[in-house]
Amino acid sequence: MKEKQSMKSKILFVVLLIISLAWIYPVFMILINAFKQDRYISTSTVFQLLNAETFGGWTNFIDALNSKGFAQSFGCSLLITISSVALILVCCSMCAWYITRVNSFVSKLFYFLFVFSMVVPFQMLMFTLASTADKLGLNKPYNICIIYLGFGAGLAVFMFCGFMKSIPLEIEEAAMIDGCNPIQTFFMVVIPILKPTLISVGILETMWVWNDYLLPYLVLDRKKYMTIPILIQYFQGSYGKVEMGPMMACILMTVLPIIIVYLFCQKYIIKGVIAGAVKG
Amino acid sequence: MEKAVRKYWPIFLLPTAAAFSVGFLYPFIQGLYLSFCSFITIDRATFNGLENYKYVLTDTSFLHSFWFTALFTVIVTVLINVGAFALALALTSKIKASNMFRTIFFMPNLIGGIVLGYIWQILLNGALSILEKPLLALDETYGFIGLLILMCWQQIGYMMIIYIAGLQSIPDDYIEAAKIDGATEGQILWKIKIPNVMPSITICMFLSLTNGFKLFDQNLALTGGEPAHASEMLALNIYNTFYGRSGPQWKGYGQAKAVLFCIMVIAISMLQLKATKSKEVQQ
Repeated sequence: MKEKQSMKSKILFVVLLIISLAWIYPVFMILINAFKQDRYISTSTVFQLLNAETFGGWTNFIDALNSKGFAQSFGCSLLITISSVALILVCCSMCAWYITRVNSFVSKLFYFLFVFSMVVPFQMLMFTLASTADKLGLNKPYNICIIYLGFGAGLAVFMFCGFMKSIPLEIEEAAMIDGCNPIQTFFMVVIPILKPTLISVGILETMWVWNDYLLPYLVLDRKKYMTIPILIQYFQGSYGKVEMGPMMACILMTVLPIIIVYLFCQKYIIKGVIAGAVKG
Repeated sequence: MEKAVRKYWPIFLLPTAAAFSVGFLYPFIQGLYLSFCSFITIDRATFNGLENYKYVLTDTSFLHSFWFTALFTVIVTVLINVGAFALALALTSKIKASNMFRTIFFMPNLIGGIVLGYIWQILLNGALSILEKPLLALDETYGFIGLLILMCWQQIGYMMIIYIAGLQSIPDDYIEAAKIDGATEGQILWKIKIPNVMPSITICMFLSLTNGFKLFDQNLALTGGEPAHASEMLALNIYNTFYGRSGPQWKGYGQAKAVLFCIMVIAISMLQLKATKSKEVQQ
C-alpha cells in the first residue's frame, strides 16, 4: 500500500514538473532571444537556443535603453503607480472609516455607488472619462493619480469597509475619551490595526495600475508620455520593420522586476489575492 | 463619537468622493446620456433618440463579436476551472516542493495583459510557422485557440490559489472519518471535497466569466482583432467603433454598444450575487 502511494506521488511530481516547465517557458524564451543578435531573430527561429554565433551580449539592452524611450516609460509607470496607490490607500481608508462609523444617508449612498462602480466595465466610460480628464487638465503623469483614485475607489473602499466592520468600536472610543480628535484616532489607532488590509489592497491596486493599458493610453497626453504597456503596444502596432532584439530586451526588463518583487513578497501577494477574491 | 467623526467629513469623505465624481459618476452619467446622441466631441452632441441602439442591434460585427465572446467565455471558464482545481488537488496532496509549484503557476498573473499578449504572439507564431500553418493574425480559428491558451496560462494559477485556500480550510477530521468508513479517493473527492469548496467554485466561476467577457488587453495584443475583425471580442469591438473610424455617427454607436455591454456585465454580476447568497443560506 505504502509503496503504491509513493509511486503515485512520484508520478504526480514528475507531471507537475513538466507542467511547470511549460509554465516558465514563455519567459525563458524571451530571456534567450533578448541576448541574440537582432538579425538572428525571426518568427521561425525564436525557439533556437543561444550559441556563439547568435550571441549578441548586451547590445539589445543598450539599444532599448538608448533609443526606445524605455527609461522614460519605466519612470513614468513607476511615478503613476506609486502616486496612485499611495493616494488610493490614504484616501480610501479614510473614506471607508467615515462610511462605516457615520450612519447617515450620504454614507449609505456612497457605499452603494462604490460597490456599483466595481461592476461597471471601463468601456462604458472610457470616452467621457478621457474628455473629462482633458478638460480638467488631469492628463499628466503626476496628476493622473486623481483619475485612478476616482476609478479605483470602488474596490478599495469595499475591501476596507469589510474589514473595518470587524474592528471593535471600544478601542476608538477609548482613544477619543483620552482626548484624540478623529484625525489622531484614525492615524494612531485605526491605521495600525488596518495594516494587513492596507497591504492586500496596496498589492491589488499596484497590480492593476502597473499593468493598466487603456486608461493611461486614453487619458495621458500620448505624444509626451508613455507607460510601459503603451510603449510595448506602440512597438508592436507600428508599421514597418519591428526591431525584435530591442523589443525582447524591453519585454525582459519589464517582466523581470515584477518577477523579482514577486519572489520576495509572494506571501503577501498571495494573501492579498485571496482576500480580494473572497470579498469581490 | 459618531458626531465627532461626522464633523470631519471634508477631510475623510470629500477627497475620495470628489475624485469618484470626476473619475466615475460624471463620466458614467454623461456616457449614458451620450448613447442617445450623435457626437464627435462631447460639447457638440445632438440628441437622436434610439437611433444608435437600432443600428447596433443590426450591426453584424457587433453580433459576431458577441457570439465570439460568449463562446470564448464559456470554454475558457470550463478550462480554467477544471485545470485550476486539478492543480489545487495535486498541490494539496502532500507533494514535494508544492510551494515552488504554487509560485510558478501563479507567476503569469503579475504580468500585464499587453505584455503577455505580445509574448504569446511571438511564441505561437513561431510554433505555427514551424508547423507551416497560417499565423495568428491570418486565421480566426488559430486566433481563438491562441486566446484560449493565453488565458489559461494566465488565469489557472490565480484560480488555483483560491481553490487551494478552499481545500485547506476543510477540516482533516472529515477526510479521516471518511477513510475510516472505507471511502475511496473518488468518493472523498465528490462527496467531501467538492461540496465543501462550493463557495470557492462559485467565486472562481464568476471571476473567470467576467474576466473572459471583459477581456481587452490580451485580445488587442495577441490578434488585434485580425483577420478583418473576425477575432474581435466585445470590448475591442467597442473600442474600434469609437476610435477606429471617423464620422459623426460612430461615436454614438460605440457608446450605445458600451451601454449594452455594461448591462450584460451587470447581469452576470447580479447572477453571481444571487448564487453566492443562496449558498450562504445553505451553510
